[in-house]
Amino acid sequence: MSDVNYKKISMDGLWNNNPATVQILGLCPLLAVTGSVVNALGLGLATLVVLVGSNVCVSLIRNYVTDAVRLPAFVMIIAAMTTVIEMLMQAFTFELYEILGIFIPLIVTNCTVLGRADAFASKNPILPSAVDGFMMGLGFLVILLILGGMRELVGQGTLFTNMQLLFGPMAANWQLNVIDNYGGFLLAILPPGAFLGLGLIIAGKNVIDKRLKEIQKAKAADEPKVSRRVRTTGKVS
Amino acid sequence: MSLITSTSPHASVKNNTGAFMRQVIYATLPGLAVLTWQFGWGTVINVLWAVVVALICEGLFLKARGRNVAFYLKDYSAVLTAVLLGLALPPTAPWWLTLVGVGFAIIVAKQLYGGLGMNPFNPAMVGYVLLLISFPVAMTQWIAPGEAPGFVQSLQLFAGQLPVDGLSGATPLDTFRTWAGNETELASHGILHGDLAGQGWEWVNLAFLLGGLYLISRKIITWHIPAGFLAGLAAPALIAWLIDPVRFADPLFHLLSGGAMLGAFFIATDPVSAATSRMGRLVYALLIGVLIWVIRSFGGYPDAVAFSVLLLNLSAPFIDYYTQPRTYGHSKPNRGTAGGGKS
Repeated sequence: MSDVNYKKISMDGLWNNNPATVQILGLCPLLAVTGSVVNALGLGLATLVVLVGSNVCVSLIRNYVTDAVRLPAFVMIIAAMTTVIEMLMQAFTFELYEILGIFIPLIVTNCTVLGRADAFASKNPILPSAVDGFMMGLGFLVILLILGGMRELVGQGTLFTNMQLLFGPMAANWQLNVIDNYGGFLLAILPPGAFLGLGLIIAGKNVIDKRLKEIQKAKAADEPKVSRRVRTTGKVS
Repeated sequence: MSLITSTSPHASVKNNTGAFMRQVIYATLPGLAVLTWQFGWGTVINVLWAVVVALICEGLFLKARGRNVAFYLKDYSAVLTAVLLGLALPPTAPWWLTLVGVGFAIIVAKQLYGGLGMNPFNPAMVGYVLLLISFPVAMTQWIAPGEAPGFVQSLQLFAGQLPVDGLSGATPLDTFRTWAGNETELASHGILHGDLAGQGWEWVNLAFLLGGLYLISRKIITWHIPAGFLAGLAAPALIAWLIDPVRFADPLFHLLSGGAMLGAFFIATDPVSAATSRMGRLVYALLIGVLIWVIRSFGGYPDAVAFSVLLLNLSAPFIDYYTQPRTYGHSKPNRGTAGGGKS
């Protein structure tokens, strides 16, 4: 298969078929852990690694697993990947592991992971599957980061608090106090803030899509009409 | 020249949405006056500032949505939302509190859902709950009755230049919630023993009752929602009070405290977010009243008008579904899942 369109796979994951804003999958972690940038980044990276790993493994065994038992097999693979990530986080970023808590093992139930395994990796070779997993994971991570940033900024008036949980002591002073003496806006940190934020992000994406479509339409209208006929004898209007 | 003729009686349309909304706004004036008398100029400042914020937000979003700005601003619905939220906020509220609450009410709870007539929730109460959850300290600072600050002090509070601590005190509902079950403490708190009910709040609620009765007499609202609301609040209160008067407040105290009358006549009666049929409205309002009593007596908040109204707004379509009246020509009402309009 040499005709794999990597550009299309990438654009699907990042924009056209983004797991968070278009497929609306994986809402549970998306809404639950995006109270701050560091939480969002931690869970986003974990999901990304699981997605790439599970897509590669599923693609490897795609020709040896029958349709009847494919879902249990996929779930086993995803669960194994998630366990690996959980243990890695427990070993290297223990505090973040404690904060994210149940949501790391819950990556198993993230529909994006099983969805990509079934819809893409089980039908495609290893490399496209890996790219697809990476791009889908990246699309998910970006939305997590935007939502985490929005909620942290509105809720606490800061950005990048506690980044040392993920990047070690050198990140201890990365915190940006965007607004000084900010009283805090509790709603943004609470679950309703996540729903409102995600709603605004999805609305924003739809607005951009609409604008792009209008621009394309205008462009198409501006281009001179070319005859579709093979041989032009008469006058073409 | 119109050639269409018809015989009498001729109905001349005097009322439109704007006229109805203006009547409701006028009916809040007695309540506003008593709030000002008891708690100082803060409420007037709140209401005026809220109206300014609401008109600006509404105008901007109508323009962004490509609607006729002047036409929709003249229906006074944004002004009414602002007035109701301004009345509900504590008189010590700083300017940003009102700004956030009214902005959220108009932009998110009303315009994002499609504007007037499309909002599933009462916008004023959405704004109030947002503030109560986000800024619990600023939202529970009520002025002690009889210690109303002067106009300059109220302006300083509005500008956030004056600490609230020296002026604020617990409301009757809050005091009762703190000391419920303790007979000696309950007797020693004067705020619980006004002429009729809790000090200060008794007159506020009577003033809103007066305004509400005016609305019923002008047929702006029907009696179903206020009656159901007050009965739903008073009936469980009476039963519980007869069983244990130390643990539970008496029905009159419940009816004349907090936002009871404002909620019954002005907030629960919002025609957009309430149930629609008469039976439905009675059920809807009764449940609001019961829920207020339950949350006041057992919940974590001293008052619960906003929470109860929002919860029942959420259930209004469900209530409508089961209380659909019989239509002419059908022997049975077309309600519930078993319906299907069999005649």
